[in-house]
Amino acid sequence: MNPSRVVTADTAVPVVASRERNRSVTRRHAIAAYGFIAPAMLVFVATLVVPLGYAAYVSLFRERLVGGTVFVGLGNYGEAVADPLFRAGVLRMALFLVIQVPIMLTIALVFALVLDSGRVRFGRFIRLGIFIPYAVPSIIAALMWGYLYGPDFGLFAQLARRVGLGTPRFLSEDWILASIANITTWEFVGYNMIILFAALRAVPSDRYEAAAVDGAGAIRTAWSVKIPAIRPALLLTVIFSVIGSFQLFNEPQVLWVLAPTAIGNGYTPNLYAFHLAFTNQQVNYSAAVSFLLGIVIVAVSYVVMLATNRSSRS
Amino acid sequence: MNSHNVREYPRRRGSGRLVVVLLTAVLAIAGCAGGSTGSTSPTSVDMAAALKQPATLTLWSWVGGLEDEIAIFEKKYPNIEVKVVNAGQGPAEYQKLRTALSAGEGAPDVVQIEYQQVPSFTITNNLLDLMPYGANDIKDKFVPSAWQQVTQGNKVFAIPQDTGPMGMLYRQDILEKHGIAVPRTWDEFADAARKLHAADPSTYLTNLPPNEGGAMTGLLWQAGSRPYRAAEGTELTLNIDDAAARKVAGYWNGLVQQQVVAADADFTDQWYQGLANGKYATWLTAAWGPLFLQGTAKGTAGKWRAAPLPQWSSDEKVSGNWGGSTSAVTTQSKHPEAAAALAMFLNSDPESTRMLATKQFLFPATKALVTDESFTSQGLPFYGGQQVNKVFAGISETVRTDFTWSPFQDYVYSAFTDTVGKAITDRRDLPSALRDWHQDVASYAQKQGFHLTS
Repeated sequence: MNPSRVVTADTAVPVVASRERNRSVTRRHAIAAYGFIAPAMLVFVATLVVPLGYAAYVSLFRERLVGGTVFVGLGNYGEAVADPLFRAGVLRMALFLVIQVPIMLTIALVFALVLDSGRVRFGRFIRLGIFIPYAVPSIIAALMWGYLYGPDFGLFAQLARRVGLGTPRFLSEDWILASIANITTWEFVGYNMIILFAALRAVPSDRYEAAAVDGAGAIRTAWSVKIPAIRPALLLTVIFSVIGSFQLFNEPQVLWVLAPTAIGNGYTPNLYAFHLAFTNQQVNYSAAVSFLLGIVIVAVSYVVMLATNRSSRS
Repeated sequence: MNSHNVREYPRRRGSGRLVVVLLTAVLAIAGCAGGSTGSTSPTSVDMAAALKQPATLTLWSWVGGLEDEIAIFEKKYPNIEVKVVNAGQGPAEYQKLRTALSAGEGAPDVVQIEYQQVPSFTITNNLLDLMPYGANDIKDKFVPSAWQQVTQGNKVFAIPQDTGPMGMLYRQDILEKHGIAVPRTWDEFADAARKLHAADPSTYLTNLPPNEGGAMTGLLWQAGSRPYRAAEGTELTLNIDDAAARKVAGYWNGLVQQQVVAADADFTDQWYQGLANGKYATWLTAAWGPLFLQGTAKGTAGKWRAAPLPQWSSDEKVSGNWGGSTSAVTTQSKHPEAAAALAMFLNSDPESTRMLATKQFLFPATKALVTDESFTSQGLPFYGGQQVNKVFAGISETVRTDFTWSPFQDYVYSAFTDTVGKAITDRRDLPSALRDWHQDVASYAQKQGFHLTS
């Protein structure tokens, strides 16, 4: 700082000085702030931005077993958009999303509301019981369910035969998507319930009092007060579920062993990308497919958010 | 999870019941067969000098307990040290290998590769031609069908370790109960399949696994199908639906449509149960099958027998191969002479090969062991005391020797499951599924830069 200024200038001087001081403080703060976020940014760049950039770069080429690598620009993307396997996989996951996610979130919401109502005994115990499947690794869950689904020795098949219902074909092509949906529902109801339950606990109790004064019963309160109050949490679970659906991988991968012809290589887009890279050795095409899948997920999530916002405004 | 397309066939796992090492015999044989590393071609290297240099080698293998074989090698070449790494079985290992090879470092010197994968690694120039290192000198030690699979023109890219000549394991009690003779031809096999299933609807003569491109390839191989011919440059001859393959597809089509054979994915719980409780009366399998079955269907001990595969014509005696591995040297190796010596020694030295057969229970790829009384004469109680090794040793000589693999066998098997396998499950037309299989692979091959001829 320049002390002569303080002497020569009059009223403006303190302002300038303090501004100068402020600016340098701001600058120091800024440097410190950058210092604080630098480690996180470094990790972010190294583990997310760089790999993404590299994948994007790789997706512009086509490396072949013979004849070398050629630059194809957006050729891989064009091929993927027209690829019946990829399209079928995306559509299958859209179907999965439209059917499985509402069922799962409805069950989760009902559980959360019931537990929140405080009318059940052993609430904690039940909460834990519903949540436990989420603690089971999805690979283990898929293995376990795959065993239960078995047509010869699976529990359901044996029970069904005993009561004369014939053998249910849970692992056949017609049923496998429903069987997978059942596994993911079992796994994630508890997870979503916990999010919704936590949100319910955070709703201020004066609203309930107001509702009670207005003469609302428990169901009316749940519908008109509680659910609107936890709308952000609901939206969060919807977005998570959208992403989870399109990225479905573990369950079909594990069940593939049991039903190799019902679950094809392109059954889900993620499974397809995995196969392209590791079985077909089409790494470039796999990168393009992964990017397209990412775009689909972003688009669908955006549409979901837009739709929810609009309906909340209207 | 590994890439689930290429199924890992089970290695023979044993309980030490098989042959006991006859040390005297071993020493005697070891005495006569010296490691002749001579000059066979003008490009051959001076192995003797190179092997005196100190070197540390890495060997990737999923065969457990190779330390003893390695110890013999290290004793013979005191300056060479070998590190054995289990980098996973089959596809799991190949993925790591491919990654290391494309990264340019981290690949082992010597690596275990199954026969059907060898061309998939030579197409990318990742395996060393072992001819200049004396591979030709040990050529005659191996059964021809095994040597054929590691040879391309006048180059040898791997050394055979074990093989999987295909035969038939059958439940003697079930066949006897229904008065069915052991089928010697495929016609008899079809009649038996219909008869058995009619007599007992809960039993099938066999299971045709829709996920097992390797087993189906063995059957196609036996019938004389030659789906892929060695690529010259970018040229590739692809005939997956050749006349022999159409014959096989048409044959199984009948049995699949009539639902007299089961169609369960193999190496699943469902399938293990099927083997153990008599759902399948035969298992069309390879030489590693007997010991595997013994470990997985203990309750059926004494009821199984082994026989050759049924034949297409009663005066024929031919088979195909399913499974088995090789040792190959990668082009990344800094000590190619030592690595080549290890690959050759491990799989051709009499003492080492005998250990592989008796300790690791690998079905031998060397003529000496396949014809060795002490190996073949062992009676297995699980098979009612039958000399099962003798049956498969006999089959080993009948494996057709003109079969070659595609340079992308992973994809071929994956496409098999999606086309033919799916048709087997859905009981749809197999010959048209065979065409789909061919088309699928053909379009893939073109994308990978191959020019197809037929």
